[in-house]
Amino acid sequence: MTNPDTTQEILTTADGVPLKVSLKRALRRKKRNSLLLVAPLFLFILLTFLLPITDMLLRSVDNKIVPDLLPRTAPLLAGWDETGQELPGEDIYHAMVEDINEGAATKTILRLGRRLNFERAGMSSVFRKTARKVKGLQQPDSYQAEMLKIDQHWGDINIWRLIKRESGAFTKSHFLSAIDRQTNDDGTIGPKPEYKQIYIKLFGRTLALSLLITVLTILLGYPISYLLATLPTKTSNLLIILVLLPFWTSLLVRTSAWIALLQKEGVINDLLVAVGLIANDHRLAMIHNQIGTVVAMTHILLPFMVLPLFSVMKTIPPSYMRAARSLGATRFTAFVRIYVPNSIPGIGAGAILVFIMAIGYYITPELVGGTSGTFISNMIAYHIQGSLNWGLGAALGTLLLLLVLALYILYDKIVGIDNLKLG
Amino acid sequence: MAALPPYATLGERIWHYSYLAICGLIFLFLIFPILVIIPLSFNASPYFSFTPEMLTFDPAGYSLRWYHDFITNPNWQGAVRNSFIIAIFSTIISTFLGTLAALGLSRSNFPFRTTVMGILLSPMVVPFIISAAGMFFFYSRINLQGTYTGVILAHAALATPFVVITVTATLVGFDRSLTRSAASLGASPARVFFRITVPLITPGVISGALFAFVTSFDEVVVILFVGSYKQRTIPWQMFSGIREQISPTILAVATILILISILLLASVEILRRRNERLRGITST
Repeated sequence: MTNPDTTQEILTTADGVPLKVSLKRALRRKKRNSLLLVAPLFLFILLTFLLPITDMLLRSVDNKIVPDLLPRTAPLLAGWDETGQELPGEDIYHAMVEDINEGAATKTILRLGRRLNFERAGMSSVFRKTARKVKGLQQPDSYQAEMLKIDQHWGDINIWRLIKRESGAFTKSHFLSAIDRQTNDDGTIGPKPEYKQIYIKLFGRTLALSLLITVLTILLGYPISYLLATLPTKTSNLLIILVLLPFWTSLLVRTSAWIALLQKEGVINDLLVAVGLIANDHRLAMIHNQIGTVVAMTHILLPFMVLPLFSVMKTIPPSYMRAARSLGATRFTAFVRIYVPNSIPGIGAGAILVFIMAIGYYITPELVGGTSGTFISNMIAYHIQGSLNWGLGAALGTLLLLLVLALYILYDKIVGIDNLKLG
Repeated sequence: MAALPPYATLGERIWHYSYLAICGLIFLFLIFPILVIIPLSFNASPYFSFTPEMLTFDPAGYSLRWYHDFITNPNWQGAVRNSFIIAIFSTIISTFLGTLAALGLSRSNFPFRTTVMGILLSPMVVPFIISAAGMFFFYSRINLQGTYTGVILAHAALATPFVVITVTATLVGFDRSLTRSAASLGASPARVFFRITVPLITPGVISGALFAFVTSFDEVVVILFVGSYKQRTIPWQMFSGIREQISPTILAVATILILISILLLASVEILRRRNERLRGITST
């Protein structure tokens, strides 16, 4: 026993370092080591994945091309009052001639025309035409008159309003387009003309079809999950292979299987004709439309519903049902009042997972969706590879990303992201 | 859903068997499209459906011409080569980085664990089309678009979350007293790691690597954007094949891929069982 007075003496390790300090140091070293282990992957993900995503987010508002290619005109336009009815002054016309001249030499002005053409049809040809003819101008009396002679559009005040509006380094026009809005000539924001309103409808269709696919996977997934969960393990281990095999089979294999089955000259139509249900010249159109997308995607996403549902149902003790039955409930009542509520977490996990995967799907709608069964992701791909309107593609992608992240937060609240199970 | 008790009423019997029939139909829906591809790939004519000769089991209706086309066509040869090159390299990168990170993340005192985990798993969360768009923009800026390096890095990024998840799952059941007792018996940290930790987490690492390999081997959206014809993989070639000149060669390739996935399914299952056995969890 030590004297109470000497307990002040500090406990030390064998080398005489105070124990507290030594422990702290060891913990710190451990922490540093674990950080060092994670750091390489963190940096890797940052460089190869997060920076690209950030790049896309920035691109949805980026507009540097306009001030960069109009270095003289853009600052001058800032001083011009676009709310009046006056065309810009002679100095601005002069600046524009110089900018176009410079851009024509490097051909960059065509990119500017293409950029502004997304805002107003015809801008591309205005710039192309002007760039071709503006070279000949040698110190004219009036730049304005000469430009109007080249292309009378330069006398349209709305074109100048557009250029001024889009002369900043950032633009909101891509996001406005993505929700079917535009900036009117008077500077107010309003809906696009009816025939150009496609994106909100497409978002709506993406959500509606994804919801339909989710409901279908619940309807198809619930009975077989119940069967798998209540069968003896030996039998269910065999049957679950029927779920896992499609899960492990390439997405493109399954999509091409559905093409072989559903197309006009495909297996199902052949079968129906052979049975005599339909006439040979009235073959059903089951592909390149919404039916194709819904059927193929339900098939592809069904395992993602069955696996979480099955793992939740496995944890429901069979004694619950027996207790309910012994208390006088019918089979049906016991199932609806006891089993279904207990399996809700599985339905929730599977449903959100399937829904999230469905709204971002690209390959299957692209191959079997035709025009009526495509999703918002197909439009994003079109703007990046087809129309080259990268800003709009990025804006649509940003909106889709926000939607998916919101759903994931919901998923995390309900299921917990760590509970994602594989295979 | 055990067998019906002998006292079941007629109604219950009818319901029971119709329920089983419904389940049978759903299983058929799951498996039929995959199975139907296999005989179709031996079609002698360039159709995606059964010809009368095939239905009467006339040998003339069957042929190996689409397999022959797959083996001899340079488009497909290049695709097979690229698929393996890209998948192998991205698997090496993602397995290495992912295993290290999982080891770090599993330590109890890791700061901001949830946030860091969220960031590391983000490539799995974001829809492929958005990753593809972002990578297309960014990789073209730094001249990696249309290069093997670009595609390998992109696939490695997409695959690491699977490695992190599987290795972390192995480490959850990891008995720390094993490493402690090794250390207390005088083993150096490196020796503890290689003699105790590595053998125990190997099944998790291998199944993580398998997932990474499949992710890359199967991936088609990102490669359509980040890659070009030169980096075409099997899925790339299938995608453009379905879109342009549809030929049953695709079904022959699909059949081969189905066989590969059966092999993969079997190996993952074997690994899972081995892992459970090693950790002393006996599955029934």
